[in-house]
Amino acid sequence: MKILMVDHSKCTGCRLCEVVCSVKKNGAVNPTRARVTVIKWEPICVETPMLCQQCESAPCMVVCPVKALARDEGIGRVTIDYDLCIGCKFCVAACPFGAMGIDPVARKVIKCDLCDGDPTCVKFCETKALQYVDASTVNITKMREAAAKLSELLRKSAA
Amino acid sequence: MREQKIAYINLSTGEIRKELIPEKMRKMYLGGRGIDVYLLYNHISSGIDPLGPENVLTVSAGLLGGTLAPSSGRCHIGAKSPLTGLIGSSNMGGFFAPELRFAGFDHLVIKGKAERPVYLWIRDGEVQICDAAHLWGKDTSETPAIIRRDHQDEDIKVVGIGVAGENLVRFANVLGGLKNAAGRTGMGCVMGSKKLKAIAARGTQDLAVRYPEEALGCLEHLTGLIRDNMIFQVLSKLGTPMFHADSNQLGRLRNRNLQRNQVPDGESLYADKLEEFSIGMTACFGCPVHCRHRYMVPEGSGQEGYAEGPEWSTLAALGTELDIGRMEAVLIGNNLVNKYGIDSLEFGSMVSWAIELYEKGIIDDEVTGGLKLEWGNEQVMYEMVHKIAKREGLGGILAEGPLRAIEKLGEESRYYNLHCKGMSCLHTDERATPAMALGIATSTRGADHLRSRPGPDAMLLPQETRDSLFGFAVPPKVTSYEGSGKLIRWHELMYAISDALGVCKFQALFMSPSTLSYNEYGKLTRCITGLELSSSEMMEAGERIYTLERMFNNREGAGRKDDTLPERYFVEPTPLGIRSFKDKTIDRERFEQQLDEYYEAHGWDNNGVPKPETLERLGLDKEPSHII
Repeated sequence: MKILMVDHSKCTGCRLCEVVCSVKKNGAVNPTRARVTVIKWEPICVETPMLCQQCESAPCMVVCPVKALARDEGIGRVTIDYDLCIGCKFCVAACPFGAMGIDPVARKVIKCDLCDGDPTCVKFCETKALQYVDASTVNITKMREAAAKLSELLRKSAA
Repeated sequence: MREQKIAYINLSTGEIRKELIPEKMRKMYLGGRGIDVYLLYNHISSGIDPLGPENVLTVSAGLLGGTLAPSSGRCHIGAKSPLTGLIGSSNMGGFFAPELRFAGFDHLVIKGKAERPVYLWIRDGEVQICDAAHLWGKDTSETPAIIRRDHQDEDIKVVGIGVAGENLVRFANVLGGLKNAAGRTGMGCVMGSKKLKAIAARGTQDLAVRYPEEALGCLEHLTGLIRDNMIFQVLSKLGTPMFHADSNQLGRLRNRNLQRNQVPDGESLYADKLEEFSIGMTACFGCPVHCRHRYMVPEGSGQEGYAEGPEWSTLAALGTELDIGRMEAVLIGNNLVNKYGIDSLEFGSMVSWAIELYEKGIIDDEVTGGLKLEWGNEQVMYEMVHKIAKREGLGGILAEGPLRAIEKLGEESRYYNLHCKGMSCLHTDERATPAMALGIATSTRGADHLRSRPGPDAMLLPQETRDSLFGFAVPPKVTSYEGSGKLIRWHELMYAISDALGVCKFQALFMSPSTLSYNEYGKLTRCITGLELSSSEMMEAGERIYTLERMFNNREGAGRKDDTLPERYFVEPTPLGIRSFKDKTIDRERFEQQLDEYYEAHGWDNNGVPKPETLERLGLDKEPSHII
């Protein structure tokens, strides 16, 4: 299983992820209809891509009164069955990340569906702030970076 | 694309009119700087006062702005320039232009003058003129914060002026975000004259993409191309300060107002030194390159906080030019000019001029108000930023820009002021590089490299590659005169297209010959807008845009006499540098030959006036045609 990992420290705030996501999903550029949003506080330069975390125990699923939301274990995501969805927006209220959105044009709730296992945003993220990686190795890069730092410190303290 | 509108806003009467952009205009001028110059030529009468209500300010997004073109966040601002009296034209990155497009507009045409301070609020197809009494006097980072708070929306994008624009400093700029500046030609001064503090936009509308899958494929290919290019790999890490070391080593930097062309111990301002202060890079809209540094303003400056920049030009303007070698001082100065909304290039040039005048005894303590103008004095730099922004004493004189300040400080001061057409020269030395010298002399907006700077390695390419790239023989060396006219014209058209499409010219041939050119931009334009434009049609649009800018200037009385360089370039040889850059002046006769070649390449007559057949070929013979 693969996971879409966000490394906030690598985001440059260019918003290309929003652009390509909205084009992939709607055929038009419109960040407000994208499934990923770079949240920014410009004066202090905080830039954080926010999107569905595909929770294992997903609050959106729990609150859905018609069971329109389900886990797709093959891709490791939470899916919306629009044939069942009644558009009540309980899921929008329940998501702790604001990752469940509303497309004002289609009048539907929307969320990241990992582009069926080939996320478009990842392809275009130049700094790899967004990465689609195997679950079993998800922490290894970070671990390696931390280990490098640690061993450097140890070397220094020994010297 | 076809739904995007122009908003005509009259600040005197409050009238607001919205119109669609005819497809014919798209084919001829694309958008951005292209449609901008059409609007300026058609809505401004010659001879008007740039600071009067009859001046027109245009704010434009490019044809591909906010779309799947790499780095499509460029915003273009135009008006008659209060600095040059010719075409005012300034371009910035950031996020404003895409937001303007998401709000439904590609161009704003702002006329008249408000009685009291106002700002424009643009929200999904609606334009409102709002009271800005509470914003007047605020700096360029406070203003957006207040507007966001007022509307309770953190995602509002703002461009606006600082105190310098309010005080009509003729080289006041327009800031979008912390450092994105439409820096040159004094567009902030025009905003100030209209009592227009800021323009805020927020949009949630679709920007149509004609062939979405194809456009995504095209972008994927182009970002790959950019990623694999070594220049961008370096630019992503070091930003434009990467050019500083190379320029200093060659001897093509300005130091002490061109008295020297190299700083012997200039390493303290090299990009790797900046690395020590940089806390990472940030990007403009949709840009894979992310060339902007982020930093914290050094402690003890009284202005601690988060800031961005500096670009290479600012590093040179506030550092090498004034003989200041401490990076911390440049970082503090950079933050100061941005907060006040002052063009750093013009600032560095005007202040270095004043220091040399003081050094030579042409101005004295009475003129400076007792301030000892010295090279390398950081306090002098800070002090002059405050004085210029507030128009105090000598600051009030320098705030007038080269042409008027020369009149005030006397005939003796003239020789030492380095400007073309009334806009200060850059902080590079072009005496050893005749093509670049020709470029700053002919630039429609006054001394400037962004109109025509030949790609740095173009001259070094093998003959075959050059031929396929340019279609003609480029000058054999970077120090050659012959072939410069054609080379400069070629780049003028290319950059006019970048600005009209609303994309960053750093990804065009500005940086590297193996990046994006007409072919790629043509493909993107087709996939995104459906407009089919061949490379030659695109090039012709570039020619049309450049020629119409020329016509704007000619209408104001400019001609061959204005396509020249500061006298110093012709008479004082470069004292330092590597062998091919040392002891160089621009040869007057050969400069004139270059000019002849340049005019001929453009189809203009000996005085730089477009010939009737050129106008006819470009469809400019009926201008002003008042279509939009």
